[in-house]
Amino acid sequence: MKSDIKLFENGKRLDGRNPDELRKIKIEVGVLHRAEGSCYLEWGDNKVLAAVYGPREAVPRHTQNPLRAIVNARYNMAAFSVDDRKRPGPDRRSREISKVISEALEHVILLEKFPRASIDVNIEVIDAEAGTRVAGLTAAAIALVDAGIPMKDIPVGCAAGKIEGKVVLDLGKEEDNFGDADLPIAISPRTGEILLLQMDGHLTPQEFDEALNLAIKGCHEVSKMQKDAVMKKFEKEGQ
Amino acid sequence: MSITPSIKKDYLVKLAKNDKRVDGRKFDEFRNIEIEVGVVKKAEGSARVRIGNTQVIAGIKMDVGEPYPDSPDSGVMTTAAELIPMASPDFEAGPPRENAIELARVVDRGIRESELIDVDKLCIEPGEKVWIVFIDIHILDYDGNLFDAASLASLAALMTAKVPAEQFELGEDYPLPLKEPPVSCTSVKFNGVVIMDPSLDEEEIAEARLTVATDQKGDIRAMQKGLNGSFTVDEIKKVIKDSIDNGKKIREQLYKSVGK
Amino acid sequence: MNQEKRTIVIPSQLLGDVKDQKAGSGTFIENGKIYSEVLGILNKNKDFINVTPLKGRYDPNEKDFVIGIVMEAMQSLWLVDINAAYPARLHVNEVPWDVEFGETEKYLNYGDVIMAKVLIVDQEKKLDITLKDRNLYKVKGGNIIDVEPSKVPRIIGKKGSMISLLKKYTNCRIFVGQNGRIWVDGEDEGVKTVINTIKIIQKESLSYGLTDKVEKLLKKDAKDVQ
Repeated sequence: MKSDIKLFENGKRLDGRNPDELRKIKIEVGVLHRAEGSCYLEWGDNKVLAAVYGPREAVPRHTQNPLRAIVNARYNMAAFSVDDRKRPGPDRRSREISKVISEALEHVILLEKFPRASIDVNIEVIDAEAGTRVAGLTAAAIALVDAGIPMKDIPVGCAAGKIEGKVVLDLGKEEDNFGDADLPIAISPRTGEILLLQMDGHLTPQEFDEALNLAIKGCHEVSKMQKDAVMKKFEKEGQ
Repeated sequence: MSITPSIKKDYLVKLAKNDKRVDGRKFDEFRNIEIEVGVVKKAEGSARVRIGNTQVIAGIKMDVGEPYPDSPDSGVMTTAAELIPMASPDFEAGPPRENAIELARVVDRGIRESELIDVDKLCIEPGEKVWIVFIDIHILDYDGNLFDAASLASLAALMTAKVPAEQFELGEDYPLPLKEPPVSCTSVKFNGVVIMDPSLDEEEIAEARLTVATDQKGDIRAMQKGLNGSFTVDEIKKVIKDSIDNGKKIREQLYKSVGK
Repeated sequence: MNQEKRTIVIPSQLLGDVKDQKAGSGTFIENGKIYSEVLGILNKNKDFINVTPLKGRYDPNEKDFVIGIVMEAMQSLWLVDINAAYPARLHVNEVPWDVEFGETEKYLNYGDVIMAKVLIVDQEKKLDITLKDRNLYKVKGGNIIDVEPSKVPRIIGKKGSMISLLKKYTNCRIFVGQNGRIWVDGEDEGVKTVINTIKIIQKESLSYGLTDKVEKLLKKDAKDVQ
């Protein structure tokens, strides 16, 4: 979608960021009383809440897998979280995002420990500004840790993209609307494996390499923030 | 599904016989209430309310649309509530069921019947274009008394909402025109005892529930009795009195939190 | 308790090498390296590495004493919630009463609370519990407090020191289930003190000198009541 908006001004982006700079991220662990694990995360103007229940016996029974747990991640945007009010309930976009997030999480959770069980992850977007799925997955990962779910890694997400011909990290709202490409990914930071990857727009193979490397670099930066937030919360109990 | 152990009910009943509640509150006392406004940037108005550990977010979105045929000069208001799965291990994903629908409609009536939103001032072109106010309530953490938390969050969100006129090229943004807010107070009854602002444990053994919305004059604007137990007339009168008293206090806190 | 700093570790954290130690519970091995699989407290010595989870549902072990809540009375068994990932089965053969087929409801019903023991945890994580023991029975009266299963050892204390303090100063009967459920019965004030004290123990479970701090608080409370 073309427009008159200039996304770059003197080498800086609309919000003053450098091409390889993340928006501001704030993380709070264990914010809900009923949920077994939870996380509140702000990423730029995104505000997401993630909550985990489980492992618990999967219902209905026919969804149970006799060999391992299943992961039900549900991504949902609140009606008031977007410019034009969204009708409550999952739309096709939300269901697709729920699926790719579930699949990413399944790779790192030690599912074989809980046959016939389900691990239910609820991601609510309270305020949306581009990049809600990677913010949601990143928050969900922390909620899983907070719930005591055994995992072989803490997954983390981040997106890169292309605006006005230049590859940049972590697209903001206008950049997402008027840019040339969007590449959200999630990785297992310990091994570097790619757990989630979607792309839309137009990238040459070289631009893709550049964008992927940039997104991976962003993931590692965010991963450190995830870990710091968890340690900060639980080390306090030791004082 | 979470099960209430039977001895818990016996324990609550035993305490109640001695005029006590598990958390030490009096029968007509509310838990700690926190109100925070402007929590959602994308919404025209928003608020997060905590009553004890119960947590609710309400967001206001506005759009331009057609009026109802029987009120061509008035704005439109609609209220929806979502009991999202994160709030309780017992909430399931899916379209709103009766509990969510009742919740939304009771909150809606309290606001509508008190004429909080000055719908006459929301007309753009009579018979053609009016402002539509969407109130969306998201329950985040369920620890009893969703009615009052949802109602309070909706009020605080409305009282800090701006009509997005600029976006629709209808002039400058201005505060949503409002009158006086109704405040709702919910009580439940178990074993012949009536208590206000039930915690989760108390709600789980409740036989009957009564929500009363009152205005600043102490008049009643909306009521809802729920669950399959019953109230005596005297019990209802006492609940109304306590609702008026607590309503006053909560209204003061509400005004303070929206900066009036 | 050791006076060393309690080290908290998180999933994926590198803890050691299989060449040097044995990988114990709460850890996994990849390419010869030992990692933590869970948020927990590290227990590392020259022989093995364990991680004790800080959070999560109860992980049942045979012979554990648990407090269960009956979910369903079926023809020849009951399903019982013991705060694990799965409901536990209590078979009619494992109760002290002579239960006829189909008459289970006469003895235990939805919402009843029982003191039970874990009998079997099989490979498929199917759980069986029993009521056949002197100390096991259906509970009457009192109230139940839910806590994180990982905090249970702290609430019991070294050789029962913490729980003894609670009983002494509040005159309450207290039973602590390994599954994070605590049953308490006594005078209203005593029960209230127990509930509040357990809240404090949970919050400050990793602190040192907690037993002394709790004793001071209990002494003060007891004085205030008099």
